[in-house]
Amino acid sequence: MIKKNRLSRRDFIKTSTVVTGALAMPMILTANKARAQAAEINMLAWYGHGEPDIVEEFEAQNNVKFNAKYYAGGDNMLGLIAQSPPGTYDIILSDGEFVQQLNAANYIEQLNPDDYPFDDFMYHDFTQFPGHWKDGKLYSTMVRYGHLGVSYNKNAVTAEQAQSYQCFWEPQLTGKVGHFDWHLPSLGMMSLYNGNNNPSPFDIDGGAWGGVQETTMSLRPQVGGFFDYGGTFSSLKNGEMLAMCGIGDWITGVLEKDGAPVASVVPKEGGIQWTESYCIGKGSQHAEIVNKFIQYMLTPAGQVRSAQMAAYPGFCVTNSGVEALRATNMAEAERTGQIEGATNNPITLIKEGRIHYRDIPHQQTLEDWNDFWSEYKNA
Amino acid sequence: MTWRLPVIVWQLLFFVGPLLFMIAMSFFLVKNYRMVEAFEMTSWIKMFGKGYFWDSYFFTLALAAWATIVATCVAFPAAFGLAFKVSDGTRRWIIFLLIIPFFTSYLVRTFSWYVILAESGVINNILGYIGLGPYTMLNTRFGTMVGYMTLTLPLVIILQTLSMANVDKNLIEAAQNLGAGRFQVICKVIIPSAKVGLIIGAVFCFILSFGDFVAPYYLGGSKPPTLSILIIDTTKSGQQWPRAAVVAVMMTTTLMIVAFTAIKLAYSKKT
Repeated sequence: MIKKNRLSRRDFIKTSTVVTGALAMPMILTANKARAQAAEINMLAWYGHGEPDIVEEFEAQNNVKFNAKYYAGGDNMLGLIAQSPPGTYDIILSDGEFVQQLNAANYIEQLNPDDYPFDDFMYHDFTQFPGHWKDGKLYSTMVRYGHLGVSYNKNAVTAEQAQSYQCFWEPQLTGKVGHFDWHLPSLGMMSLYNGNNNPSPFDIDGGAWGGVQETTMSLRPQVGGFFDYGGTFSSLKNGEMLAMCGIGDWITGVLEKDGAPVASVVPKEGGIQWTESYCIGKGSQHAEIVNKFIQYMLTPAGQVRSAQMAAYPGFCVTNSGVEALRATNMAEAERTGQIEGATNNPITLIKEGRIHYRDIPHQQTLEDWNDFWSEYKNA
Repeated sequence: MTWRLPVIVWQLLFFVGPLLFMIAMSFFLVKNYRMVEAFEMTSWIKMFGKGYFWDSYFFTLALAAWATIVATCVAFPAAFGLAFKVSDGTRRWIIFLLIIPFFTSYLVRTFSWYVILAESGVINNILGYIGLGPYTMLNTRFGTMVGYMTLTLPLVIILQTLSMANVDKNLIEAAQNLGAGRFQVICKVIIPSAKVGLIIGAVFCFILSFGDFVAPYYLGGSKPPTLSILIIDTTKSGQQWPRAAVVAVMMTTTLMIVAFTAIKLAYSKKT
């Protein structure tokens, strides 16, 4: 009798399961082991800061893993922290103007100034940024910044027109002016347009605030929409919006690299600076490694990564960072004016007094500005 | 009675409980971006005193009402055809095809309209060949309406079809034998007989459109904001959850009034 050596369906499934399991086991074990070893760093930041193009090298070198939670707008950030237990976020990327509020609410740890290359910073203000120090103690360090002004489609607005916020009122832009949906930058620009540049577009009395509201309302017929981060990108890219109020190169820079005919300039009335600073979250279990990451972001390599960040570019804050950017990507350094003698050199613009740091309102509450923004959107 | 228990528990857990919490939250306060338990009318006074809240309220109401009218009118011929003009097999297939859009995210479907509605998009390109356009469709109320239809139209067609397919064919034949024209049959036999399904379809459309955030934000350009966008704005800036709760309570109340009225109308004896 010949015994048939046939594999039944049940045997086949059983055998293949065992073989697959055996083959997969080393990978599962390795993955689990790796996962077990990597310290998890919880980051709260604007979009892009926890992405591989920024953190992968540091993760690999230090065997850590960043878990990023993204926000849009400083008050959004404060709310997220307020509603989380202490120690939830190890590292917080804050808008510069909100650091004082983080500190006042005791959400961040004190830093050691000796840990950071302040001697290498490009501008004195950056080392003493408002709100980053309190009673001689450091709580946050600036890592990048950018300028906001007139962002426009080059096929619809000339470079000359873009030299003033007045261009937003041009007849050919009716229904084609977009707003980044956050009140601070847009209202700051309207304030600058009204001439409120001394001491700051955000430090204005009641009369000037009334003027800002009036000017802003007069822009409403021109407005085609209010957009979040993604909507701002797509509406500028597909030509739905031909000019955008409240943004700058952080959006158009990405689109420009993608071939879109868009640009941003600091107009004659002045521009607004966004500033991003790192803080260590209060009660973080990983304060040491987080501090190392902040130091890394201030190294030339870290600054180059930041300057070329895929989500949105930013200027370098250190001299060695700018030099490294020029050596690595001269085209980007030229495009952003980070070369000697450029008319749009960010430090030159600051020194000329054309740049004002974005701030929270001094003589009104954030609620006043936000309420007006809601009224404006409904008008 | 025990068979009712799961329904009651489900309702308590997922509807009554959260609703009560939301109502309670509308009386809380916010201090340093943190919600503090309290029983204050502050948020109610603040929101009711703001013109933009009422502007958003009536705008959202009007937009949802328009969406309901448009969806009901557009869906009706399609549902009529599916109920009376095609075989059972074809109807099943078409209903299946109408369900397919729900397999993908509504957000993704909405974003896909960018490619179609943009000034450099598909429609304007086609119109360009015959010398028309470009027309602005994105960031307009038309764009919002397109989004609402994307969300609600397949559902309204399905509900209308199912209700019309159950209309007693003998009634239609009797009306025709008595000399009723096509229009009279539709108005005097089909619509009254399918009334419940037609109204429920309209109510679903209203509810979904009234609460939708995606279409008015991404296709309407948030211009002006609807109540859902106002909730986002209120929570995003200043973390004013109690004020957002006021808006949400107003929305829920409005939807309840509309739904109860519509259901009463649907089951009323008078036809």
